[in-house]
Amino acid sequence: MRSDRHTRAPLRLKIAAGIGLAFLHLPILLIFLYAFTTEEKSYQFPPPGLTLKWFAVTWNRPDVWEALGLSVRVASISTVVALTLGTLCAAAISQTRFFGREAISLLVILPIALPGIITGISLRSAFNLAEIPFSFWTIVLGHATFCVVVVYNNAVARFRRMSGSLIEASMDLGADGFQTFRHVILPNIGTALLAGGMLAFALSFDEVIVTTFTAGQQATLPIWMLEELVRPRQRPVTNVVAMVVVLVTFLPILAAYYLTRDGDQISGQGK
Amino acid sequence: MPHAVSFQKVSRHFGSVRAVDAVDLEVEPGEFFAMLGPSGSGKTTCLRLIAGFEQPTSGHIEIFGETAEGVPPYRRNVNTVFQDYALFPHLNVADNVAYGLMIRGVGGTERLREAEAALEMVKLPGYGARKPGELSGGQRQRVALARALVNKPKVLLLDEPLGALDLKLREQMQDELRLLQKSLGITFVFVTHDQGEALSMADRIAVFNHGRIMQTGTPEEIYRRPKTRFVADFVGSSNVLSPALTQRLGGPAEWASLRPEDIRLSTEGAEAVVTATSFLGSATRVTLDLAGEKLTVLHPAGAPVPAPGAKVRIAWDKAALHLMGPEA
Repeated sequence: MRSDRHTRAPLRLKIAAGIGLAFLHLPILLIFLYAFTTEEKSYQFPPPGLTLKWFAVTWNRPDVWEALGLSVRVASISTVVALTLGTLCAAAISQTRFFGREAISLLVILPIALPGIITGISLRSAFNLAEIPFSFWTIVLGHATFCVVVVYNNAVARFRRMSGSLIEASMDLGADGFQTFRHVILPNIGTALLAGGMLAFALSFDEVIVTTFTAGQQATLPIWMLEELVRPRQRPVTNVVAMVVVLVTFLPILAAYYLTRDGDQISGQGK
Repeated sequence: MPHAVSFQKVSRHFGSVRAVDAVDLEVEPGEFFAMLGPSGSGKTTCLRLIAGFEQPTSGHIEIFGETAEGVPPYRRNVNTVFQDYALFPHLNVADNVAYGLMIRGVGGTERLREAEAALEMVKLPGYGARKPGELSGGQRQRVALARALVNKPKVLLLDEPLGALDLKLREQMQDELRLLQKSLGITFVFVTHDQGEALSMADRIAVFNHGRIMQTGTPEEIYRRPKTRFVADFVGSSNVLSPALTQRLGGPAEWASLRPEDIRLSTEGAEAVVTATSFLGSATRVTLDLAGEKLTVLHPAGAPVPAPGAKVRIAWDKAALHLMGPEA
């Protein structure tokens, strides 16, 4: 609140903001609501009754566990791949100067700007050409393409704020490359990597488009949900799973937001 | 005893830019050595060559008799105080100072004790628990100094160590650095573009220009007997007289340097016109036009100052006119 004149928004603006928020969040609340409904074949409003039994049903369905397990594994390994490649890319781009640096930086970011369907089609044809059978690993590769970008963006921003002479100072004080990475670079970019990794995990966890092109018979959790909605049997199970997905993706994104926000104090020390 | 640092025909080229061009240099053990020059003159690259951040394109470097080419910075017994101090922002002051000891595997209590001793040496006792972000510029510099000295380097390199400090602090640090250097007996090599700093602190100075050393000598030699026009002009803004003017003033047809404080306004001698005056406090700088060439005179405070446009006569002791040869 910088000035008293702006402390009270006009009523009409408040209503507009309320409508906007409702538009964004009511559908999500509906999903939560229908996780508790007693009617399992169609979504009628209002729900005829409320029950907790779908949580038990979900818990006992092996296909849910299978899909969840696959999603978690894919997201974890994509994140690890992204952390490695993204950090290396960011280090190369920000610590050295070479011809075409900006172009390469753009090429690294491009996959996230490309529509997922293009990434999906191109990967599918590439896998076909190389005669790679669709498997767990093709899904991971597909996800890694955009996960790398998220890590890269976070890491490169932190690298830019880190004074280049810190690395030289460390070497000067007797630390070799590995020691410098461990004692100076990692502590300074650690929170950025954690934030990037969490975002990458969340992105991978709810990815549908690229996955449909790169998965074989396996279904990740989002794909499973899509399939489940088609047949009207135990529908609220899908809603229960949706709640879980919201929690699993929302919490890391929230944490990533707080981590990068505080990052200023960690490496933004001025001269 | 070998030289502390010795350069033999050392060059460092970046593409077509000759940052350092066939430099020969010898720094003696225990010496306070200054590398002085304008920006882009190659002095910082020379410092980085000693530290190991750069490798020579050609030539040979020795540090205390040991070949330095190909040896990475972390295997050289040389430490650097960086221009921006480069303190590790995620570590507190004590851990910053103890960093080199930690890397060498010195135990926790032992290295913190040594770090505190080093902090005491730079007059920051008890500052160990603070973060670099909480310190002033002058304090950060002392921490950077302690962090380098705690490793007991054979050569300490300082890159524009006082550049970011205000005038008063700078003068204080000049004295302290000199005292510290004399008491520790460590060879100091420092880079500066400030000739006053080089003259007041260094035992010997190398004046750099365009990647080459123009002259090496004691501050007195550099100041009194510059070998080239560049040195005369850069070190203390001496008047550089063209061969024609030197001849007109009764000397041989050679380039000459004449210090502003050696010229006095008098009743006899060459006639000149005052073009400008500026008050400096302890003296007044009088700019003269002497037969079409610009000449500055440091006129002591107290004496009456001629107004611009006035005609004056100037004189100097014959010994003050320093000849630099016809091709300087």
